[in-house]
Amino acid sequence: MAWVWFHKFGSPPHFYRLATRLTPWFGWPALLLGVAGLIGGLWLAPPDYQQGDGFRIIYVHAPAAWLSLMVYTVMALSAAVGLIWRMNVAHAVAASCAPIGASFTALALVTGMLWGRPMWGTYWEWDPRLTSELLLLFLYLGYMGLRNAIDDTARADRASAVLAIVGVVNVPIIHYSVIWWNSLHQAPSVMKFGQPTMPAAMLVPLLLMLAAFTLFFVALLLTRARGEVLRRERNARWIDEAVAGARS
Amino acid sequence: MTSTHSIAQFLAMGGYAVYVWPCYVLTALVVGLNLAAARRLLRQAQLEARRRIETRKSTASS
Repeated sequence: MAWVWFHKFGSPPHFYRLATRLTPWFGWPALLLGVAGLIGGLWLAPPDYQQGDGFRIIYVHAPAAWLSLMVYTVMALSAAVGLIWRMNVAHAVAASCAPIGASFTALALVTGMLWGRPMWGTYWEWDPRLTSELLLLFLYLGYMGLRNAIDDTARADRASAVLAIVGVVNVPIIHYSVIWWNSLHQAPSVMKFGQPTMPAAMLVPLLLMLAAFTLFFVALLLTRARGEVLRRERNARWIDEAVAGARS
Repeated sequence: MTSTHSIAQFLAMGGYAVYVWPCYVLTALVVGLNLAAARRLLRQAQLEARRRIETRKSTASS
């Protein structure tokens, strides 16, 4: 059963149809959860007893940082699938991840700097967490640059896949950096074992925002991957049907 | 937030307004630009595909 699904997913027309159908099921819930998370985070959550209202940056900073890692992992996994099973759709998915991941990594860095300034007294410190997150941004940019530099799509797929897979070692380094080394950055307050270190009124909006960002990423990825698959399959017959009259 | 909070107080963010609001504005920008870029990419790919189909049809009929 799993094999059948795997091969169906790897077939471009099937992927295109499935992605078209699934996108609104991720996009609209993302909007609803995002609005609820914003109301909860900006209005309903009480100010932090140490950081006052400054802590509210967490509702955009943590989801952006979470996406920066999650998107990279998705990118490396699909690049590996594309490399191992020579699956064109998987390469299209990997290539579609990069610009999304890069933008949210930059957002995580900048919102982190704007949070660090009032709380730590500095925008930037060459701290393990901050440095490894900056390296992640360079990995994304390197991946995109490498793809851009190679005209032949199949060769660009293979070369960039190797870079994506090698770079994935940075993901656990970023996640555990605040535990392994002395860091300015605070320890995780949600993704850890046992009780979260936050009252529910603060935690629930954060979980809503994390869910909203994740669903939004899936909707973006499906949209980009559809365009990427269309471009790669330029001469395939199924495209006639797929784009005939369709407005979206 | 209690009902006595005014809008001005809300916007002041307890003195952290200059740090909090830029974060939210930048987030809105990243979200909006990502959405626009993804849709433009798909539109262009669909447009190109339709154009190719048209050319193929017109060369086949002539």
